[in-house]
Amino acid sequence: MDAALLPNRFQSWFASRGWAPRPHQLQLIDHLTLGHSTLLIAPTGAGKTLAGFLPSLVELERRGKRKPGQPGYGIHTLYVSPLKALAVDIARNLEAPVSEMGLSVRLETRTGDTPSHKRQRQKLNPPDILLTTPEQIALLLSDPASDRLFASLKTVILDELHALVTSKRGDLLALGLARLRRLAPGVRTIGLSATVAEPDDLRAYLVDQPDANKRALSHVVEVSGGARPDISILESQERLPWSGHSSRYAIGDIYRLIKAHNVSLLFVNTRSQAEMLFQELWRINDDTLPIALHHGSLDVGQRRKVEAAMASGALRAVVATSSLDMGIDWGDIDLVVNIGAPKGASRLAQRIGRANHRMDEPSKAVLVPSNRFEVLECQAALAASRRGDQDTPPLRKGALDVLAQHVLGLACADALDLAATYEEIRSSETYRTLDWETFERVIDFAATGGYALKSYDQYAKLRKGKDGFWRIANPKIAQQYRLNVGTIVEAPKIKVRLVRSKADGRRTPVGRGGRILGEIEEYFIDQMVPGDTFLFSGEVVRFEAIRENEAYVSRAKTENPMIPSYMGGKFPLSTYLAEGVRAMLANPSSWDQLPGQVREWLEIQRDKSVLPTRDGLLVETFPRSNKHYMVCYPFEGRLAHQTLGMLLTKRLERMGARPMGFVANDYALSVWGLGDLSLLFSSGRISLDELFEEDILGDDLDAWLADSSLMKRTFRNCAVIAGLIERRHPGQEKTGRQVTVSSDLIYDVLRAHEPDHILLKATWSDAAEGLLDISRLGELLARIRGRIAHTQLTRVSPLAVPILLEIGKEPIYGEAMDSLLEEAAEDLVLEAME
Amino acid sequence: MNVLTSHVRNYQTAPVCHDIQINGQLVGLHDSGILWWPDESLLVVADLHLEKGSSYARRGVMLPPYDTGATLEKLAGVMDAFDPACVICLGDSFHDADGSDRLPAPYRAMLTTLQLGREWIWVTGNHDPVAPVRLCGETVDEITVGPLKFRHEPVEEIGVERAAGEICGHLHPVARVRRFGRSIRRSCFITDGTRLVLPAFGALTGGLNVTDRAYATLFNRRQFSVFLLGNDRLFPFTASRLVGD
Repeated sequence: MDAALLPNRFQSWFASRGWAPRPHQLQLIDHLTLGHSTLLIAPTGAGKTLAGFLPSLVELERRGKRKPGQPGYGIHTLYVSPLKALAVDIARNLEAPVSEMGLSVRLETRTGDTPSHKRQRQKLNPPDILLTTPEQIALLLSDPASDRLFASLKTVILDELHALVTSKRGDLLALGLARLRRLAPGVRTIGLSATVAEPDDLRAYLVDQPDANKRALSHVVEVSGGARPDISILESQERLPWSGHSSRYAIGDIYRLIKAHNVSLLFVNTRSQAEMLFQELWRINDDTLPIALHHGSLDVGQRRKVEAAMASGALRAVVATSSLDMGIDWGDIDLVVNIGAPKGASRLAQRIGRANHRMDEPSKAVLVPSNRFEVLECQAALAASRRGDQDTPPLRKGALDVLAQHVLGLACADALDLAATYEEIRSSETYRTLDWETFERVIDFAATGGYALKSYDQYAKLRKGKDGFWRIANPKIAQQYRLNVGTIVEAPKIKVRLVRSKADGRRTPVGRGGRILGEIEEYFIDQMVPGDTFLFSGEVVRFEAIRENEAYVSRAKTENPMIPSYMGGKFPLSTYLAEGVRAMLANPSSWDQLPGQVREWLEIQRDKSVLPTRDGLLVETFPRSNKHYMVCYPFEGRLAHQTLGMLLTKRLERMGARPMGFVANDYALSVWGLGDLSLLFSSGRISLDELFEEDILGDDLDAWLADSSLMKRTFRNCAVIAGLIERRHPGQEKTGRQVTVSSDLIYDVLRAHEPDHILLKATWSDAAEGLLDISRLGELLARIRGRIAHTQLTRVSPLAVPILLEIGKEPIYGEAMDSLLEEAAEDLVLEAME
Repeated sequence: MNVLTSHVRNYQTAPVCHDIQINGQLVGLHDSGILWWPDESLLVVADLHLEKGSSYARRGVMLPPYDTGATLEKLAGVMDAFDPACVICLGDSFHDADGSDRLPAPYRAMLTTLQLGREWIWVTGNHDPVAPVRLCGETVDEITVGPLKFRHEPVEEIGVERAAGEICGHLHPVARVRRFGRSIRRSCFITDGTRLVLPAFGALTGGLNVTDRAYATLFNRRQFSVFLLGNDRLFPFTASRLVGD
């Protein structure tokens, strides 16, 4: 489209701003005018959001004002964002151009926070543009009036699509889109995305897939490059740590960087790192620079305050986790510091994109590795960034628990014709491979739990009528569905409230207390006894007690808290970066770009042991203080390593090597035991090829899974999403602490009696991709077959030092629960005998 | 909540007990969660919660329908091992008042087989306040045998005559022990020597930590012991070594 063809108001609005419409904005209008769904790939600062809305605004302008007495138009455009806050922020930003151009367009948001009277009104008198989240779309689609509500829908805009499609929320949204296409044939989708590895995945996600054998793709508009970011790795004069993630050594350097820039964003990988870094920065903050903290456990009010202060330019630096990875515009950030491992090339690019939202100026970023292996990882990420390589994950296969939730929602809206619903679901790229049998089992699950023992038919939630259509059995089920919709299952959390300490010489019980600091995972508090200290919300606090579902803490004076090991935020190293690191290790001529200390470390490794090769696996064995150690270097990320460690210990135990435990990080894995591993391997009593044989993923895995807490955690998530366990029941609010049925017990019973149950199938595929990373482990075992090199050493090698240092810091696995108890119980015997 | 794999394993039960004294009477605690009184050939089991799955299913929460089967199989294993002359079910044997009515025929048959040739006493509980329908056995609110009183809910007083020798259920005690930074949570017996609370036996029964204030009216703080259920033995701990949830 020629800019001159834009309606006058738009032309003069752009002119009044001193702007001209950008080519990709006009291209998008053209595609939409022709009825084409389109993917827009652009770097931050390219005016992506405005580009997404322009086609709708132009159409709405042409449609003109509704005359009095004329019926309402219904929703014209749906905007879907992965973050509530983002939807609200975009609405605010969009209101300016709409009112400046004098358009009569009503735009509203709808999120979990929208009051119910407003939600009701939105159904009766819908706005032209509705900005919302995937969960709200699921809710609207479960309404019997959804067909009228969406009948005139023309456009769906999916923001941050690259982030949306990587989770179960993306599955839920894919199913929602399939339904919207049926309610509003001809509806066009616009995907807004950052650069990704496989744009075709997203293009397929956006459109109807009528042909089972051929993938349909949307149109695509790509905005190239922007200025190349200016990334460097921190060159510190301090000694580089061998292990750990604290980056304490670089605190002075980081502080100097903050001072030298206007506004810095400091990204870390976990909430505990955020707490620690924040604390350390304030300890040396002699200039009292305004430095704030932002992570997902903090109280929402506090987070909003930080965000507002950031936007108004009142802050010099914010320490943040991935809670700030996306979306909202934070004003003039001129430096991004990434502390710790980047973990993935695309992830890093996203974070760096947060600096400087003008695309023609380069973003500036500094990487701060927190240990020696992370130096290698940072180098690999830097090289990827120079080449513009991406390592976003491939498109997910749709999860069955989400499907179970969705079909129940559809049935709440209208009677289901199974065959038509099946076709509708398969028309989404995410579920295109769903077979009829599995679909029927999902329906059966939603109806009666799907058990081979057909004992619940009388209580069925979905029933087939004489006309062949499936309906919900009673209106209560719709109510139940609405209370439990969504795919985000968080670990049970508990509020943290600040109180005065009873340890300060007062004899009174803990006072009623002051403000809420935020929320913390229950399991973390579970491990604590009163008096334990930890960092929270930027302070050292002492755990006092649990009262009425709140954890009471007081201010502590200690300097050395026990640091919270919150769950989450621990992404494994991406396959792509792992390859980069292995390549670098195997090629000494590339070492000149590394800091001297790291180069020296690798050179000594080459002299004392050997270097890992690019595609093989190095296995070192050595004795150390009465134990025998095996260290191997797969570089496949901590999740795959943990799984492998568990399986290896099982297998070694069976082979008589008496393993005692193991520890894993992103790069390496160490198993230790009482048997002389060097001798067992070199004498051929244990063959390494057999030890690492791919069949380890068979029986051993199965035996372990029976009792794996990771598997149980995964099962709980699936059970909640699929509706087997309720988050909330009409009339009663449940918290994690009050759940009366344990998902662990259900898992045990189900596994023993119906191992093929659809929910176990869903759990398995989740675990294989997620916490256990089986798929990656399988690739590893295939890669190293016939390429395992054993090196027998008399003592620990330089490369092995980091992983051995992790022992004691990272959880150690491999000891059976009963033996732990036995030891504890025997302690008691000793106590009694003293 | 913790793993009770024992609940779903096909039990090879050995009738080896941990002997303790309650109100002066020697009785045995077993790692399956039952109490065994050899002198009387009496076996006591608490909180079977049969038909819990179907009780939930009635209101649209489709828990697996295998809990009754799993519980009865485990009970059968215990019966095999001890061959008691008398069995006392300490209340909440069914998850709701209609539970015994809903009991599917095969399970009803299984239960009847277990009852053959022995005395069977149903103590009523808060979940099942009435006598089970179409099942053998005598129904009582509580029963006294020698120095021991068998009832569902313990008396909420410490050191009173009524509470001495009390054997009860109701609370589903579990305890948590911390060791090397890992915590282990298991069902357990809890006793102070004058009274005893049995763990819940049912396959889908959750638990309440013994540090919860609900126990404060039953046991003096820190003056009790627990016996955690292990795979083939019990693990004794004193109160001071336990942590809350």
